[in-house]
Order: sequence, then C-alpha cells, then structure tokens
Amino acid sequence: MSTPLLLLIVFALGIVGWFLGNRRARASVDGKTSALHSRPGYYGAYVLLWATLPALFLIILWLAIAPPITTSMVQSRLPEAIQTGPEQGLTLTMSTVRLVEKGLDALSPEELDKTANPSTDVKALLMSKGVPLAVTPEPYAVDAARYQLTLKRSSQLLITVAAIGLSLLGLAFGFLRVGPKLRSRNAVESVALAGLLGCSMVAILTTLGIVLSMLFESIHFFSIVPIQDFLFGTVWDPRFSSAGSGAAGGEFGLLPLLWGTLYISLVALLVAVPVGLFSAVYMSEYASGRVRATAKPLLEILAGIPTIVYGFFALITFGPLLRDVGASVGLSISATSVLTAGLIMGVMLIPFVSSLSDDIINAVPQSLREGSYGLGATQSETIKRVILPAALPGIVGAVLLAASRAIGETMIVVLAAGIAPNLTLNPFEPVTTITVKIVSQLTGDLEFNSPQTLVAFALGLTLFVFTLALNIYALYIVRKYREQYE
Amino acid sequence: MTVETAPMTTDLQSSPRMRHATQALIKKRYAAERRFRAYGVAAILFGLAFLVALFSTIVARGYTAFLQSAFTLDVNLDQGAFGSSTPPSQSDIIMADYTKLANRALFQALGVDPANKADAKAAASLLSANADVQIRKAVEADPSLIGKSIPLTLLAHGNVDTLMKGHFDRTVPENRRQLSDKQLGWLDKAAASGVLAKHFNTGIFTYGASSKPETAGVGVAFIGSLYMMLIVLLVSVPLGVAAAVYLEEFAPKNLLTDTIEVNINNLAAVPSIVFGLLGLAIFINFMGVPRSAALVGGLVLALMTLPTIIIATRAAVAAVPPSIREAALGVGASKMQSITHHVIPLAVPGILTGTIIGLAKALGETAPLLMIGMVAFVVDFPKTPFDSATALPVQIYMWATAAERGFVERTAGATLILLAFLVCMNVTAVLLRRRYERRW
Repeated sequence: MSTPLLLLIVFALGIVGWFLGNRRARASVDGKTSALHSRPGYYGAYVLLWATLPALFLIILWLAIAPPITTSMVQSRLPEAIQTGPEQGLTLTMSTVRLVEKGLDALSPEELDKTANPSTDVKALLMSKGVPLAVTPEPYAVDAARYQLTLKRSSQLLITVAAIGLSLLGLAFGFLRVGPKLRSRNAVESVALAGLLGCSMVAILTTLGIVLSMLFESIHFFSIVPIQDFLFGTVWDPRFSSAGSGAAGGEFGLLPLLWGTLYISLVALLVAVPVGLFSAVYMSEYASGRVRATAKPLLEILAGIPTIVYGFFALITFGPLLRDVGASVGLSISATSVLTAGLIMGVMLIPFVSSLSDDIINAVPQSLREGSYGLGATQSETIKRVILPAALPGIVGAVLLAASRAIGETMIVVLAAGIAPNLTLNPFEPVTTITVKIVSQLTGDLEFNSPQTLVAFALGLTLFVFTLALNIYALYIVRKYREQYE
Repeated sequence: MTVETAPMTTDLQSSPRMRHATQALIKKRYAAERRFRAYGVAAILFGLAFLVALFSTIVARGYTAFLQSAFTLDVNLDQGAFGSSTPPSQSDIIMADYTKLANRALFQALGVDPANKADAKAAASLLSANADVQIRKAVEADPSLIGKSIPLTLLAHGNVDTLMKGHFDRTVPENRRQLSDKQLGWLDKAAASGVLAKHFNTGIFTYGASSKPETAGVGVAFIGSLYMMLIVLLVSVPLGVAAAVYLEEFAPKNLLTDTIEVNINNLAAVPSIVFGLLGLAIFINFMGVPRSAALVGGLVLALMTLPTIIIATRAAVAAVPPSIREAALGVGASKMQSITHHVIPLAVPGILTGTIIGLAKALGETAPLLMIGMVAFVVDFPKTPFDSATALPVQIYMWATAAERGFVERTAGATLILLAFLVCMNVTAVLLRRRYERRW
C-alpha cells in the first residue's frame, strides 16, 4: 500500500475515533454534558490524537530509516569489486539498480520471475513498460534490483500492517479511557502546545539546516582545495572539469569576488545612505501629514519591486545610458560595471534605510527637540546637533542592515555587474560578486563531487557568515538603543 | 550670571555693528536651514523620479509585447495533403505537411511565385516556425474542415514582428539586415492590404518557454508560480501562525525561546540565495525530491516567507487587547480556548495582511529558484508539483539574458504581468488593513 493511502487510512481512523470518543463521552453521563470534565469535543479529539499520532510517528520513523537500511542491504549484495571500488562506480551501479527496480515494479509477477533467469533480455522487457535503460544491466544489477524490490515490498507491507495496527490500538486505548473523570481537555491542550512549540522550532531547524548543509559541503570542498587557497587566493578561475575526473583543475580565490561584492555594496550605500537618511529626516521632521502619507508609501514601493526587475532595468536601460553618457564626456564606462550595479542597488536600498531611520528618528523624545528649540536653534540645527546624534546608533544599525542586504543581493548583480572576476579600483569596469559566482557555478548540469560545484557552498557559507555577523551586530545596536528612551 | 548677561544682550543688539553681524549670522543660519530642507526634498524626489523612470521604461518597452503580428491567410486544407483515406485517419492528421499548406497560402497572399526557389524560401521564412502547429491544432479541433479553405491567423516570424512594431532599422545595409529589401516589399504590401496586422497577443499568457520570441509566453511559468504560492500558503501560514502564537502567548522567557527569537530575526535577513543553497543541499540532495520541481521551489520559498508571517502574526496577536483574553479567562475558558476562540479570530486581518505581503515577496523572488534548477526550459504545463516547472521571475531572468531582439519586449511584458500581480496583492493587503483594522 502506498504511503499517501496509508496516511489517509490513519486519518480516517482518527475521524472515526473522534466520533466514537464524542459518543462515548456523552453516553457515559447520559447526555448531561455538564457532568463531564471537559466538553465532549475534547473527548473526541483525545481519541483522535491517540489513533493518529503514534501511527504517524511510526510512519515518519519508517520513512527516515527504511530507505538507508534497504540501500545498505542491497549494496552488500553487490560484487566485492564494486563495493570496495571507487565511489563513482558504486553510485553509478546503485542508480542503475534503482532504475531497473523502478521498471521491475511495473512488471507482473510472472514476468518478474522470468527476470531471475540471467538469459532474459531485461532491457527489452523494461522498454516495453516505458522504462528506457541506456545500457544492458549486468546480471548482478538485475539481481540486486530484484532484491531491492522484494525488500521494499515487504517493508511496505510491514509498515502498513504496523501503522494500521498501532492506529487501531491507540483508538481502542483512547476510547476505553474516555469517561466523565478523564481530563481530556488538558491532555489535548498539552499536545496542542507541544505542536505550537514544534512549529516555532522550525526557525531553529532552518538555521541549523542552512549552517549544517553548507558546512558539510564546504568541508568536502576544503578537502579538495586547501582553505587558505580559497580564502587568500587572488585568482578565480574554476575551469569546469570533465565529469568524474575529480581533479581540482582550477583556482578558487575568494578575494576578487569579495572585493567586487564589497565595492558594489559600498557604491550602493553611498547612494542609499544619504538619500535614505535625508528622506527620513524630511518626512519625520518637516513634511506635513499629507505629504508624508503619500511620499512614504510611494518610496516603499521601491522595496516591493522584485530585484529581477531592477536587474532588467539596469541591463536594458541604465547600463547603456551610463555607457553613452560616459562616452559623451570621454569616459569609457562598461555597460555592466560597478557603477551600474551599485547605483541601481543603492536605489533599491533607499526604503530600507529611510523606513528604519524614520522609526528611529520618531522614537527620539520630543523633549529633546523642544529643549533645542528653546535654546534658539533652528530646525536643521536641532536635527544635526541633537536628533541625529541621539538617533545615531539606530541609524548605524539601519545602515548595517542595508549593507547586509547589499552583500546578499543577487539578481541585480547577476544582470548588471558582469561575470569577470576583477580586482580593480575603477568603478567603470565590470566586476563580479560572490552571489553571481554562486549562481554561475550552480546553474547547468551538476555533478556534486566536483570542486566547481562544491565551491558554491563555500561561497554561500562566506556570504552567510558575513551577513549573519552584520545582522547580529545591527540588531544588537538597534535593540540597545531602543532601550534608552523606554 | 543672569543679571550680568542681560545688559550684555541689550548691548549686542543696540550696537549697529553687532546687530549687523547678528543679522548676517541669522541669515546664514536660515540659508543653511533652507538648504537642509532642499536636500530632504531632493532626496525624496530622487527616489520618486527613479520610480517613475523605472515604471515608464518598463511600460514603454513592454506594452508592445501584448500585440503580436500575424498573417491572416486563407489556408486551403485540400484533401490531397491528408493522404488517401477519407475521412483521414488520426495519424494522417498528425503527419500532414502543414508547413506546405501554410507556405502555399502565404505565397498566394504575397504574390510570390513558388517556382522561384530563392523567393519561396525568403517568403516562407516570414512565417513563424510555429505556423504548422497552429494549422494542425485547428484541424485536430475540427477535422471536418479538411477539404475546405478557411481563414486562419498565423503568427509571423519574430523579425516581422520587430518590423511591425517599428523597431527595425531599414537604413542598415541589406546584407547585414535580418530582412531583405524584397521581403520588406512584400511585408509593406501585406501590411497595407491588412493581410499582415498586429493582433492582441493571447500567446504571451498561454505559451511556455520557446527559442522563438513569437511563441514564447509566461503561461507555463505562471502555473509553476501558482503551484509554489499554494505550497508556500499551505506550509508557511500554519507553521508561521502556530510559531507566532506560541512565542507571543505561551513562551516562557528562557534560553530556548530567546534562541528562537534571535533565529527568526536573523532568518528574515539571510540572503535569499542562501535559502536556495539550503533547498539544493537538503531537499534535492538529501531527501531526493526531483530537481526543478515546483515542490522544492515552494518549500524553499515557504521557509523564506516564514519569518515575515511570524513577525506579522506576532504584531497582530500582540495588538489584541489583554481585556479580551481576561474576559475569556474570567468566564472559565482555558488559556488555549481564549486564544483559539477569541485572540486568533480578532488577529485574522493582520495575519492575512502579513501573509499577502509575504506571498508577494515570494512571488518576485528569483535567486533561490536558480539554485534548485528552476532555470529549466519548460515547454509543457506541469501537471503535479513534482513535475519540472519554472516561475514567472525566473522566466523573466531567462528572457533577459536571451540574445534575440524580440525577447527584450517579452521580458518587459512579462515584468509588467509580474508587477500587475504584485500591485494587486499589495493593494489587497492595504485594503484589508484599512477595512478591518481595529483600534482598541
């Protein structure tokens, strides 16, 4: 029985349990529900939980552990030479076995018996079932596939029986416990609370998943390319190796990419910080309510535009425009350059800087302003000498958050910054960034054991560490500042 | 002190020289004030000007994508083209040479002599390579048409479309042009007689990926995006609401909940491309979900949207006044009951607004989808979330990097479609907030 159907049956049993529990609870007090500890629905839910949860856990456990066990049992049946041979050979054989097994699954029992005979043309047989094989599978592969199929079928049967049995058992247990004294609401609510806690753990799991997955792949990468070559190398040239060669055959220096990333982010911040800060100051200190109510949402549209749209705009309009303007004043500006990507990214970041700064400036107590006006300062002097210094930590936090956005931004730089790694100070030349290289290393056909692919995870880890440090520091600053006036 | 300074001030003001200096200083300070204000106005105007430039460029580049040049031709579906049997068998209908039928109709309309091989070839290249499919579909839909002559609107080649939309430079020397003088002559005549005209382009909404601009559309990508949004909705809304309710209502102040909070804040700021790497490593490599499947994309986007929904829900739940909870507790409800029966229903508008904004963000996200192989050339509509799919913004990315001239317009057109969706979603969110926002 397939897993979805099994889940459906378990849920159906749960619903049956709900009705039974509900009825038994009512019957146990002759319909006077006020005599029950909890409302009848909770008794239903109690039985439902008993009928479904243990079975669900069993199924999840089975889904997690059955495939690896099957695989290792099948692998141990393969000839010694393949098991101890190179990793690629084993992977290849196992994928053939999987494919053959998929085909065998579609065969009738008689046909399946026929494949036990080594003289049967398995390839033609599977072709007739719509499973094309590139090569004629070796007899041991067919044998392993048959073994895997048998294992899978028997484990599927086992789990079906076990899960339905456990579900029925749970249902009976819960049902028998139902009675006027049973504190079913408390039981159901504690399960619900555990569920809520579980849901909030997803955030931790995601972070853990990010860190672990990237760490593992990066360690794999650093076992091929030394970590110091990656961190301090000045040449990025990851020639694509031919499949299976396994040799590094390329240079993976992070520095040109890091330089490009930081340079573009710097240009972006040079645009976003003054513009964002001035708009925030104007909107919170000068603008009338009406101007504020129109200008603020309009500026925030900039944050809602997908970055691919900015990238397209940079590629089609802004880059060529800069190039033409540059040509008319005798500068050679490349259409994809630090300047193009940085300026467009800067515009994208304006609302980040302005909304955060706006909040922070508004949080500065009115008494500080009034004190300054009372001393005869003009509005701009008050802003420059009193408000901005008071809001400075928060503004620095906002700028750091914007910087972390800039470093992690992908689509704008993919379309507008260029792909050539370049350690240059000239803002009119194309450079490339960490994110661009992650994209270019991972699009196309992948082979997971080559350093060319794995380097993307090392780059991702670098990016994650950078942005995480910036975020934590920024949040720390913002939080520390907020406490001052509360 | 005060007694001493008072006459000094009078002194300062009474002396004409000092008064002059003070006024100069005040003037300077007021000028600085005006300049400062002007910087603020300039900053806002800069942002708004960019917004206008962005939108006007994309509209100007993209509106033509909703028009497509096509020839209206009388296609003679004579019996001879469909083999000997009457009525023609299914395989005859599939195998018939529709290109020949299309070309014959075109030659007739343009007045080209089919015997002149060079002319015939030049004329035939004006039709889209998809013209035969269009005729076949018409015949498959109604086999009784065979033997009749019917008017059909057949797509023109991308170059012809470029010409019709006025993006074609006729001044370029003939040998470096996509269309020869002779072809231009035919086309001008056809355009004048109405055989060649621009029609509303339904194809951009229904077609999938194509190497030819005239038959490329966002239909398939849209379905992929739709699947992903559904998965995001199904995964991140229940998870996010549950997590937010726990953190806001139940969580004790301890290390675990602090860690969760810091994690959520950080996840909200993790670059989206990192989520793509996570999807690649965990969902595809570890769990073995097929690459390019809408399921993986949906899960990755769901994880990415989760912090947005949690933060919005927490704000909405926190805004429900404590009196509501206390009243519920006072009449004997348990804490869980007071929350599920009263707090969450009252927080629904806020949760919905946050959800829509999160979905809008997910809809426009491109980078993580590139990591999990959604940059696929997908021609067929995905039937299940396990099939290969692509998404609207990824389609835009692929067209933006395509070389042909015709794709620029498609890219801008697809961008307009994407922006239209985003505008609708955000407007809905704003309206919801206005309509249901309650102040206690």
